[in-house]
This record gives sequence, C-alpha cells and structure tokens, in this order.
Amino acid sequence: MTNPWLLIPIFLMNWSGWKAVSIHSFRPRTSAGASAGKADTLPERFGPGAFGFGKLAKPEQVAALDIDVRPDGTGLPAGSGTVAAGAVLFSAKCAACHGSGGTGGPNGALVVTTAVPGKRPAKVIGNYWPYATTVFDYVRRAMPFNEPGSLTNGEVYALTAFLLYSNKLIDEKTILNAKTLPAIRMPAQPSYVPDDRKGGPEIR
Amino acid sequence: MSNNPTQPPKFTRRSLLGGAMAVTIVQTTLAKGLQVGRPNDPTKQMGVPPGKLGSRSRFETLAKSPSDISSRSPLQDFQGMLTPSDLHFERHHNGVPTIDPATYSLTIHGLVDRPTVFSLADLKRFPSVSRIAFLECSGNFRTGKDTMTPQDICGLTSQSEWTGVRLSTLFREVGVREKASWFLAEGGDAALMTRSIPVRKGWADAIIAYAQNGEAIRPEQGYPVRLFLPGWEGNTSVKWLRRIELGDAPWHTREETSKYTETIKGGKVRQFSFDIDARSIITFPTYPAQIERGWVEIRGLAWSGRGKVTRVEVSTDAGKHWQVAELQDPVLDKAHTVFRHLWRWEGVETLIMSRVTDETGYVQPTLRQLLDARGPDTGGYHMNPVTAWLIKPDGRVLYQPDYGR
Ligand code: HEC
Repeated sequence: MTNPWLLIPIFLMNWSGWKAVSIHSFRPRTSAGASAGKADTLPERFGPGAFGFGKLAKPEQVAALDIDVRPDGTGLPAGSGTVAAGAVLFSAKCAACHGSGGTGGPNGALVVTTAVPGKRPAKVIGNYWPYATTVFDYVRRAMPFNEPGSLTNGEVYALTAFLLYSNKLIDEKTILNAKTLPAIRMPAQPSYVPDDRKGGPEIR
Repeated sequence: MSNNPTQPPKFTRRSLLGGAMAVTIVQTTLAKGLQVGRPNDPTKQMGVPPGKLGSRSRFETLAKSPSDISSRSPLQDFQGMLTPSDLHFERHHNGVPTIDPATYSLTIHGLVDRPTVFSLADLKRFPSVSRIAFLECSGNFRTGKDTMTPQDICGLTSQSEWTGVRLSTLFREVGVREKASWFLAEGGDAALMTRSIPVRKGWADAIIAYAQNGEAIRPEQGYPVRLFLPGWEGNTSVKWLRRIELGDAPWHTREETSKYTETIKGGKVRQFSFDIDARSIITFPTYPAQIERGWVEIRGLAWSGRGKVTRVEVSTDAGKHWQVAELQDPVLDKAHTVFRHLWRWEGVETLIMSRVTDETGYVQPTLRQLLDARGPDTGGYHMNPVTAWLIKPDGRVLYQPDYGR
C-alpha cells in the first residue's frame, strides 16, 4: 500500500511553489467497478490550489460545521449528562414519538423490549448499534425530529445516558462525557463485518 | 397579425385593447377549447400559444407515489432509459430543505492541505463532467400481494444525466493527504445526513453534481449540490451536500450502522455494502395492464452497480426456457438499460419474468437464492430478486409475490 516515493514530492511542494511533482499521490489507487475508467482526468500539473477557486476555510468556519463524533470519541464536546436528567428530558421531548421510556411509539422503539413470540426483536440501540458514540452524534444532529438541532450538548449527553441505561448498557450512576462515552462497549459490535459481495457468479 | 396562419397570435395588451375583431374571436374559441373536457377537433381550432415552461399533456396521469419518507417512480409508465426529473424517486430523512444558492457553500476539510470553502459559483468554474447513471435506494424491494405495480415493488430507482465537478478534481485542489482513507459526506437538511465513503470512490468516479437532465438539480434531488456516487446505494449520494471531511477511518454514523446494514448468516451484520447488485424488472406488461392475444412486446429495465448489463433473458413459460432479450443502445456503465422481447401470447395462463447478467458475470438471483445466501433474517436491503408476472387467460396481469421463494 505504501508508496515511499510519495513523501518526497510532497516535501518538495512546500518550497518550490510548483505543484506538479506532488500529483503522483493524487492518482486513484483502486478502480470502483468493472468498467470504471472515467477517473481523475486532470493533467499532472493540477495540484493543490492550482485553480485557486474557493476560499481557505477559517478554523472557526470549520468548527461551526464540524459536529461529527467518531467511535474513539473524537469530536465529542465538553459537558456531561446523567441518566436521571435524561429521563426527564426524554418524557418531555421524545416519548410522544418513541413511547414511554423509548419502548415503542409511532416512530419506533429505541430500547430492547421483551420479544413477542414469533416476531423478530426490533433492531434497536442495545442489540444492533455497534458504537455508543453514534447515539450522541445522531441525537445531536437529527432529534427531536420536529425540532432538530435544538438540544444543548449537556442535554444530548443526558439523553444518550438515559438511552444507554434503558438498554442495560450502563448503570444508573454513570455520568456520560467525552471520556466515558467512547469507553462503552456495545454487544452488537463484534457482529459487524464488511461487505463480502463482489459481483461474479456467486450470490452473497 | 392574426390572419397569418403560421404565426400564432400574440395576446399583447395592445392588441386586446385595440379590440381587433379577429383577436377577440380567437380568444373566445381558445377559451372554449380549454374549457370543454376534450378538444373535439384540434385541426379546427387554434392551439395554445408558446409558453415559458413546457407542460405534460393533461391526458397523462403518471405520478410518483408518496409515503411519509419516500416517493416512488412510476416505472411502468416510462418509455426509454431516462426518468423525467419531476418523476425521479425521492427518499429523504427529514423532508426537503430550501437552500439559497447565493449563500450555499461546500466546505472540504480534515486530512487536506488546504481546507476550503467553495461557493456554488466556485464549483461551476471547475472542469465539469456529465454522466447518465441510475440512482437506486438499497431498500428498494416491496412484496406481499399480487396487485402491485413495478412502482410499488421497486420504484425507488431512477435515472438522470448528472453534471458537476469530479470529486477527484476537488481532491486535488484541496490536496487530499495520502493518509486519508475515508471521507464523511454531510447534507444540509434537517437530518444532517451523514455517510462515510472510502476515498477511493472519490478518486474513481464520484461527482459533486449541480445539474440533472440539463438544469439545476431539483430540490428533491439535492438542490443546489449533491454527491453522486455511480452504482452505489442511493443513500451514499448525500443530497444538499454542505461538508466533506477527510479522515482515516469510517465514522459509523447512524445511516451506516442502525440503517443501511443487513443481517446475514450467523448473526453477522453486513456493513458498508455500497454496490447495487444487478437487477431487472419487466415494466410491461405488468399489473394493472390487461393484454390481448397476439404479439406483445415485453419491455423492461435492467441495471447493475458494478458495470454494464451484458445480457437480459426473458422467460414466458414460468422459467422453463429463457430467451435473450434485445438491449436498446446505449448500454451504459451503471445505468438503466432498456430491454425488449417480442412474444406471441395465445391466451394461455403463464408466468413471465426477466433476469439480468452484468459484466462481472453476476446473474440476478431468485428470492430463494438470496435467502439461502443470507439467511432468513436478512432485512430489506439489497434485495434484487427475479420478479415474475402472472398472465391470466383473460389477459389480466398480476404480480407473483411467491415466485422463486
Ligand atoms: C416528532 C416525532 C419524534 C420526536 C419528538 C423524536 N423522534 Fe426520534 N425519531 C423520529 C423518527 C421519524 C425517526 C426515524 C428517522 C429516520 O429514519 O430518518 C427517529 C429516530 C430516532 C433514533 C434512531 C432510531 C434507530 O434505531 O435508528 C433515535 C436514537 C431517536 N430518534 C432518538 C430521539 C430522542 C432522544 C428524541 C428526543 C430528544 C427523539 N428521538 C424525539 C421521530 C421523533
């Protein structure tokens, strides 16, 4: 995978001001389909800033948009939340659509409930989600559905704590913050496998 | 003016106020023609003058079928390979946002040398590219009763010509670092839709699209700018694109964990299943059509997310024999391809069906083959079974949900 000679041109670029040499590293390395081939078509001299269209993004511009959270906790904001605070918030802002305690309403359950005989258990946070950080990320960006983006970071931590607690993933006293949330192990995580379909005669 | 028969009259304020007799007569006749249910003889009255926007004939009733979360394309009503823009399927996760193109921006940051904010005008200055390709939601299979149309079964697929700038061009411009292996694409809708995409797809054929079928992308399709990933499940082609972040691992967002993943054998969950497997569907004759004895042209669509369609076979005897159907040019990479097969129906009850082979050698499976491969708990994602239609002796056509089970 590593291309040792790539490092040299990138270094050169810094002082030469001429971008051509760095372009080798910009070649697509993998084709994306049997008849791909309309890939990157620019001549080699088009490197970083060659067109000069667009404006350099200021750190504060990026920060205003950059709300994503990764499984290792990167992107989690300051603040914290408790299960108890989350329970109160949930009844007020979420239960109308997800049922009391998240056990199922017009927009689906969020917690593992006792399986109905003959029916597959619903795929919810406690039995299907591979990373706890995704709960925080999703609730912050998309919930409540009718008022997206209205929750404070503390409220999102609290709601995440309540949902993880209701799925029996943490105890009542756990305080969620940027340190404790990524440390939670989810039961479903080991089940996840990458796509194994690859075309050809075999059905997968 | 109005006595020149080749020149339709112009209803300027002046001519109307001028009270020219001829104009008045034309006006009344025209109004009459529009008022009565159908023009009785279009050769005996003046037609409608040219307009600013074209219109669909009022005799045509084709429409999408909306639910709370999606709206399906009427595949059975289409002729040819392109989907009219206003009939392109919709799937979104909290409605269609209104985005002002004047204030729109796309920010690219993360593992790049030059984090950059692009306006729409900036994006349009870059070298552009167009390509005709299908877009299909990976949750595009409904079944269960025999009164279902192709629209009901798999109406979450459509095809357009997409125009924009190659993502590879932007990757060069911002200087994507060697370490970057994934990028996050984020929409500016109320769901702030996010998906993690391998960087190689960005280099290979991703388009930052601002146009669809020759005009700006429709709001339902991502106005003013969307990501377009040819051949990949529709959700990854993030609409209303506002941000791309380059990173070295996937983010595991809700749409690539809780949703858009499928249970396979052994309790495993398949993730990042991007490619759309090859599929075909007969679009005529299908429910609710009724056919007559004699020659029937069986028509349909076939496509593959892995390349070109190489062959479509049609069976008119419930799968006992298969004949190679004709493919309509052009047969494009990762594109809906029209197929046809001429068939003489003698009034005997039968099942008709189609199956596609793509250039990787993949043959469209039956439902049973899919369930055998993935186990009984697999959900509704990436289901592309051979679809059969029952022809009743009286010519009525019904979907056959149990075929190939
Ligand atoms: C107005 C109804 C409504 C309210 C109120 C609401 N939700 Fe939701 N919620 C939805 C809908 C609809 C979805 C599915 C959205 C989709 O699939 O795009 C959803 C999805 C979710 C999911 C993802 C479920 C899964 O398994 O993928 C979580 C978690 C969630 N909501 C949490 C919350 C929380 C926490 C609140 C309160 C702050 C809340 N919701 C308030 C309607 C609502």
